[in-house]
Amino acid sequence: MSGGLEGPEPEERPTPEGRRNSQGIRIDPEVEAEPDARRAVLSALVKHEPGVLANISGLFRRRQFNIESLTVGPTTDPDRARITLEIEEPEPGIEQAKKQLQKLVPVIAVTELEASAIRRELALIKVDGSAPDQVGAVAEMYDGKTVDVSQESVTVEITGSEQKIDAAVETFGRFGIHEIVRTGTAALERGTHKTT
Amino acid sequence: MSERTTQPPETEEATDTGGETEPEPTPTTVTDGATSTVRALENAGIEVMFGVQGGAIMPVYDALWDSDLRHVMMAHEQGAAHAADAYNVVSGQPGVCLATSGPGATNLVTGLADANMDSDAVVALTGQVPQHMVGSDAFQETDTTGITAPITKNNYFASDPDTVGDTVGEAVALASSGRPGPTLVDLPKDVTNGETDREPGMPQTPETYTPQDEADEAAVAEAARAIESAEKPLLLFGGGVVKANASDVAREFAIEYDIPVVTTMPGIGTMPEDHDLCLSWAGMHGTGYANMAINHTDLLIAVGTRFDDRLTGGIETFAPSAEVIHVDIDPAEISKNIHADYPLIGDAGRVVEQLHDAVSEAPDADEWREQCQTWKAEYPMDYAAPDDEPLKPQFVVEALDEATSDEAIVTSGVGQHQMWASQYWTFRDPRKWISSHGLGTMGYGLPAAIGARLAADGDEEVVCIDGDGSFLMTVEELSVAVRENLDITVAILNNEYIGMVRQWQDAFFEGRHMAAGYSWIPEFDKLAEAFGARGWRVDDYDEVADAIEEALAYDGPSVIDFHIDPAENVYPMVPSGGANDKFALSEDQL
Repeated sequence: MSGGLEGPEPEERPTPEGRRNSQGIRIDPEVEAEPDARRAVLSALVKHEPGVLANISGLFRRRQFNIESLTVGPTTDPDRARITLEIEEPEPGIEQAKKQLQKLVPVIAVTELEASAIRRELALIKVDGSAPDQVGAVAEMYDGKTVDVSQESVTVEITGSEQKIDAAVETFGRFGIHEIVRTGTAALERGTHKTT
Repeated sequence: MSERTTQPPETEEATDTGGETEPEPTPTTVTDGATSTVRALENAGIEVMFGVQGGAIMPVYDALWDSDLRHVMMAHEQGAAHAADAYNVVSGQPGVCLATSGPGATNLVTGLADANMDSDAVVALTGQVPQHMVGSDAFQETDTTGITAPITKNNYFASDPDTVGDTVGEAVALASSGRPGPTLVDLPKDVTNGETDREPGMPQTPETYTPQDEADEAAVAEAARAIESAEKPLLLFGGGVVKANASDVAREFAIEYDIPVVTTMPGIGTMPEDHDLCLSWAGMHGTGYANMAINHTDLLIAVGTRFDDRLTGGIETFAPSAEVIHVDIDPAEISKNIHADYPLIGDAGRVVEQLHDAVSEAPDADEWREQCQTWKAEYPMDYAAPDDEPLKPQFVVEALDEATSDEAIVTSGVGQHQMWASQYWTFRDPRKWISSHGLGTMGYGLPAAIGARLAADGDEEVVCIDGDGSFLMTVEELSVAVRENLDITVAILNNEYIGMVRQWQDAFFEGRHMAAGYSWIPEFDKLAEAFGARGWRVDDYDEVADAIEEALAYDGPSVIDFHIDPAENVYPMVPSGGANDKFALSEDQL
């Protein structure tokens, strides 16, 4: 094989101190600093036009952000919709997700919600209909209500935090769950704080 | 000359005057969506566009009949997108390409993805089936906006003849503002055929797009303090410096504060490569001295780069001791790949001016500058060219550089030839090196030469340094160069291999040359003649200079098929994901 250049070999070259972690952050060689993943709730105000949701979900898919839930609905302004996204990522990933989201032209504003923000999810849980009274009692325990009753099944509606719904689903499990549907989180800042 | 102007329509007026004067093209009057589209392009100052005809885009082409816009009919839509891309890089003006629906639009995809990775302002206009047929799997229907969403800055589905012109104007304005990128407007046939007399307004960016021009003053001041106190400062100029027309201010900054400069491959030409302070470009096949400097700097001042992995190698080992100042107009690039200690968001030229004003004294870095010069001497870019061995590609590149003026523009395909071209040609100015960087698109070189030729001044030679494999991928565009009589010189570095693949097979796959050999390669000089271009074949050193001279002198497309040493490989080389200072200088170091 011909080719090749002149110069000191790799091992003969001086190599500096220092190191970066896998996220490109310069770190003390003595310390392993790999940030933990955390859950973040992002709220995006977007133009209410066709294709926006596909663009946003496509962005999250191709950049491999770990998406937990995504809800979308209109606002009082007919030209604007609000999207609530929950992602679980290490800190630099969350920043990157926000910036990439903000870069999309139909996206008007993006904010990460405070931990204190109001977060709600809706679940419809269809359980076996053999003990409707007990189902109703449990639903009441979770501030839910029965929305449909038939010979074979009872369907209840529960709203609340993700944890509350997880707990409710577990409790209803003893009646035998036929079907379940959950919406994912919708969230707004508390009090006078504007969400975007 | 487009077909329209070479064959003017026979109008009544022209017949009346006995054909003595060419009829003036009628100024476009907006009568339908298609004329509105053309008017929007005229309003945006577009002069040239590249495209391919087809059913769904026919109304727009028909409207072009009455316009002064120059349209270059390409052989393939991929060629149209690459030509538009190169037109943008050379001229700084948006490049426009047209295609019909379905296969026309999907053929644009590679070119748009390429423009997206390299932040080039390309506007694609695609035909679409009429709206009442959208979603019915109609003839030549594809979901063009869906397919191109991930590879465009933004795309549009036009749905109304009254507003289509404004949409096209917005697409043009958006493509070149802030961080440039490709945009696309999908034009259903009922919209372009639909009646309207509404004149489009002047092109405007969407109200939600508000790039920041100037960096935060406090952040600039902090970065300036870091520069003043650095012992081993290093400037890194990326393609963003070219896009922002910031080369002059960036050079001034480097020279005034006496700071060594490395560039990225897209940043080639931002600093003259023959300047003392310039260490050429860094990365996988960058110079040894650039990579040593990157690895030892204590303050990396990066302007307009997105820290691609071909530049950084493994990020765990990239510039391990350095604090990083990162100047970029796109906030999403800050700390995406490499954490920025001093993020400066804004236009490259404006922020470098801000830094220039904020730095009060040059860093004390005599020793560092000396060290950089020592590395230059230790790792020279050199090659042996013994008479008894086949022709070396580096020799051909240097001979071409020698034979052309400093104004010459070089385009390339992707592969070994691209590396030799960028290593052994001495670039002194921006917008002279036109290549496919981020996407690495083989076949980019020839259509790019066509786009570059149309954007360049008459006295700038356009040379396409191509590989045999790369040239074959878009060879059909030679027909366009011949038809339009474009003065371009294609120099093929022919080793009858997909050479870069062969190099990797040698290095990492035990020399098993699976599907890397091109032993059935055509004779390119004869192929060129078959297309109506001029062709030469060169096998020996003593034929090189004459062939180049004749090809450059020929006023039209010419192709020189240089049969080079098939065993020659590209060095230095940082193995993929490795540390920048662990570059191999020969195969046994890999």
